[in-house]
Amino acid sequence: MATMATEVQEKHQTDETALITGSEAIAVACKLADVDVITAYPIRPYDTVMQYVAKLVANGELDCEYIVAEGEHSQFEIVKHASACGARVFCGSSGVGWMYAMEALTVTPALRIPMVAMVGNRALDDPGAFGVEHNDALTVRDLGWTLVWVDSAQEALDTALIAYRVSEDRRVFLPCAISCDGAFLTHSQALVKIPSQEKVDEFLPRYNRADLLLHPDNPITVAPQGNEDWVMEIRRQNFAAMERVPGILREAYADFERIFGRPYPNPFFEEYQTEDADIVLMGMGTLSTPVKVAIREMRQKGKKVGFVRMRWFRPFAAEELAKTLSRFAAVGVIDRDYSFGSPYLGGVLTGEVRNALYPSPGRKPPVLGFICGLGGREVTVPDVQRMSESVYQAAKGKSVPLTQWIGLRE
Amino acid sequence: MGRLFAIEIIYRGIFQKTLAKNISRAIVLAAHAEGKPGISFGRYGDSPERNGIPAKNFAIVATDDQTLEEGMAKYEPKEVDVTIAVDDTLCKGVESWAWYGLQPVNKLLKPGGALIVTSREQLQTLIEMAHRKEHPYQLAIVKGTVSFSGLWVYKDDHTDVRILGTIARLLPDLFSLESVQKVIMGEWKDPVKTASAAKAYERTTTTTVLPDQGNPETPYKFDLPKWHEMGDGIAIPSIPAGHSIEDPATHAIGGFRPDRNPTFKKFTTRTMRPVVNFDTCIKCTLCWLQCPDSCFDVTPDELYDANMQACCGCGVCEAVCPVKDCVTMVNEAEFRDNSSQWEMWKNDKPGYEKWLKEKIAVHPERSHGFRYRGQYEEQIPEMLEVAREG
Repeated sequence: MATMATEVQEKHQTDETALITGSEAIAVACKLADVDVITAYPIRPYDTVMQYVAKLVANGELDCEYIVAEGEHSQFEIVKHASACGARVFCGSSGVGWMYAMEALTVTPALRIPMVAMVGNRALDDPGAFGVEHNDALTVRDLGWTLVWVDSAQEALDTALIAYRVSEDRRVFLPCAISCDGAFLTHSQALVKIPSQEKVDEFLPRYNRADLLLHPDNPITVAPQGNEDWVMEIRRQNFAAMERVPGILREAYADFERIFGRPYPNPFFEEYQTEDADIVLMGMGTLSTPVKVAIREMRQKGKKVGFVRMRWFRPFAAEELAKTLSRFAAVGVIDRDYSFGSPYLGGVLTGEVRNALYPSPGRKPPVLGFICGLGGREVTVPDVQRMSESVYQAAKGKSVPLTQWIGLRE
Repeated sequence: MGRLFAIEIIYRGIFQKTLAKNISRAIVLAAHAEGKPGISFGRYGDSPERNGIPAKNFAIVATDDQTLEEGMAKYEPKEVDVTIAVDDTLCKGVESWAWYGLQPVNKLLKPGGALIVTSREQLQTLIEMAHRKEHPYQLAIVKGTVSFSGLWVYKDDHTDVRILGTIARLLPDLFSLESVQKVIMGEWKDPVKTASAAKAYERTTTTTVLPDQGNPETPYKFDLPKWHEMGDGIAIPSIPAGHSIEDPATHAIGGFRPDRNPTFKKFTTRTMRPVVNFDTCIKCTLCWLQCPDSCFDVTPDELYDANMQACCGCGVCEAVCPVKDCVTMVNEAEFRDNSSQWEMWKNDKPGYEKWLKEKIAVHPERSHGFRYRGQYEEQIPEMLEVAREG
C-alpha cells in the first residue's frame, strides 16, 4: 500500500509558508511522511491533531486508514498491530487519555514498534483541567520510548519527520513520543515553512519491518510468554536499542540540515546566550519564550544569564549536558511537572540534571529546582527574573532552598 | 526595538467561532504580506466552547521576530490596540465560562485604542452599554446585522472582510487596504469581498468615548485564595439551596429563589432575554421546569420570574410556554439593567403593560437558527443590503 501512495504525490519544488498551529504542523508531517494507519480518540489538546488529519483525509490530501477507536487503549493497540504488519503509523493523546492507554504504551517499546505519537501535554485529572503539565508524557520515561519536547510549530513538523526516520531505523525500532505544550503550541497559529515532498522523500526512507514483519510469508510469533529465564535478556535488548539512539539521532539531524537547510546544531539541547553566561536556566517546551525574553532584559542590566532547553529527554544526553553545565557557576532547572516525595522534593527534570552531573569528572555547579507553570499557568518574565536571582545567590555560595514553587499564590 | 500590535476579537462561542478565526488569521496574513511576523490563537480557557458564551481570539503581530517573541511571552496580551466585538450585546461585558469573572468589553484597550463593533444600533446605545474606561478610546461601528452561524456552517455575509477593511483604516501601521485585499483573494478568491472591504474602509468613522461616558457600574471583583487557604481534596463548599422572597407590594413572604454564585455569573452569554406577561401566565410551571439554568425564581404569588443574573437567553422558556405571547424573547440591546420584571409588574401594572408592549415589538432573530441547507444564502442578501446602506 505504501508504494502506491508515493506515485501520486504532489510535486512541490520550494518550501511553502503556512499559518498553522503546532498540531496542524504535526498533521502536515503525517501527510508528508505518507503515514499508512492513524488512530484517533478525542481529548484536548491532542484532538486538534486528529481534526486536522481528518480534514486532510477528507480533502483527499492524505491516503491512510483513519480509525476513530472507542478509547485510548484500543487507539494505541490498533496502531501497534498495524506497525507490526509493516504500516507507518501515527497516534497521540493527552493527559489522562495517555494514562488510559498506559498498558498499550508499556508493551509497544518491548515489541520494538516504531510508533510515532504526539502528546499534547495536559495536566492529569483531578481537578479536570486542560492546561499544560509535563507529567503525562513523562510517565513513559522508563519504558523504552524516546521522548522529545518541541517549542515551536516549525520544530514540531521537523521533529516529527526526524522521529519517523530514527524510530523506523532497524537499529532502533522504538516508539517516539513528541511532546507539545497544550495551548501554547497546540492551539497557536504561527508561520511555518512546509518542506517539499521531494526533500521529505530524500530524507525519509519507507518503513521496512524486515525480519520482524508479521505476515503469512514470514511466519513468526510475536510476544510469547516469557519467564525469569528470558525477561532479563529481552530488557537488555531494549537497553541496547536505546543506547544506539544518540548516534542515529545525530545522523538524522545532520541529514536533515543537509536536505532541508535548517540547522539544529545540537539535537539534544538548545543553548541560548550561554557563551559568556555566569548562570543558566534549564527547561523544556514553550516556556523557552518567556525565558528568552527575560534573559534579554536581564542582560541589558548586565546579568549574564543563559538558557539550556532540553529537546530529547530520552535518550538523555547526560555526559554532553554535564560538560556544558560545568561551565556555569550555578544552574536553575524549571520543571513544568512535579514528582512528589522525590529527592529534595524537586521536579523530574531537576532530578535528572543532578543525576547527570554526579559522576561527571568536571565541575559540578549547584542545581536549584523550580516548579512553575503547572496546569497551564503562565510562566512570566518576572517569574524568570526571580528564579535567576535565586540561582545567582546559589552561585555565590549562599544557602538557597533546593526546590521552590514559583508563580504560586502563597 | 520594534513595534508590537495586539488585536483581540471577542465573539460568541460556537455561533461566531469560524468568523473570529477567519478575522484573526487574516490579520496575521495581511501583516505577513507586509513582512511582519505574527501569530493567531484562541484563548484556550474559553474552550471547549459553549453556545453564545463570550470567547476571545487574539492576533499578535510585530515588526520583527524578536519583538513578536515579547508578545508571545505573555499568555494573552495585557493591552490591545484594537478590540473587535462581533456582536453588539457583548458591549455589556464579557464573562467566559473559565472563571475569569465579568470583564468590561473595553478592558484591554490602550489609551486611544479602537473598539470596533458590528451592530445596527446607534452609537449612543453602544456607548451606554460599555463600562466606563479611565482613558478615552475610539468607537467604530461596522453597520450590519450581527452574523451568527453554527459550528459546521458559515454565514458568508462579508462581516469578516468588512472588519478587516475597518482595521486597515484605523491602524494603517499594521497593514494597508491593499494587503487586506491581497489576503482576501488568497483565502477566499472573491473580488466581491475585496470590494466589501474597500467600502468598509472608506466608510469608517470613529467617535471618541470619554471617561465619563458609559456604564458606571464596577464589574464583580474578587481575589483568588492562597494555596493554604483552600480546602484539601479539591472539595469546595456548595452554594446554599435558597430562600423565600418578599412581595414588594403586599410584603407577603413566600416562593423560592435559589441561591446563586455571588461572583461568577453567566448572563453575558445572553443576546436576547425572555419578557414575561404575568397577566396571561397560567402558572403551568413549564418554563421553570425546562429552564436549563434554573433561572426562574418562584414568587410568593406562584408566578415565575426569570432572574436576569442567571438567564443565558437560550429561549427554551419561550419555546415551551403554551400561552401565546406570554414569554417573548427580546433583543438584549433593548435593556439597560438586570432588574426583576415581576417586581416592576407588582409595583406598577399599567406601566409594566406599556413597557411590555414596547419591548416585544423588538423581536429579531438572534440565534444561529440554522434549520435547512441554503437558509443562510437566503438571508445574506438582506444582510448585505444593511451593510450597503451603511
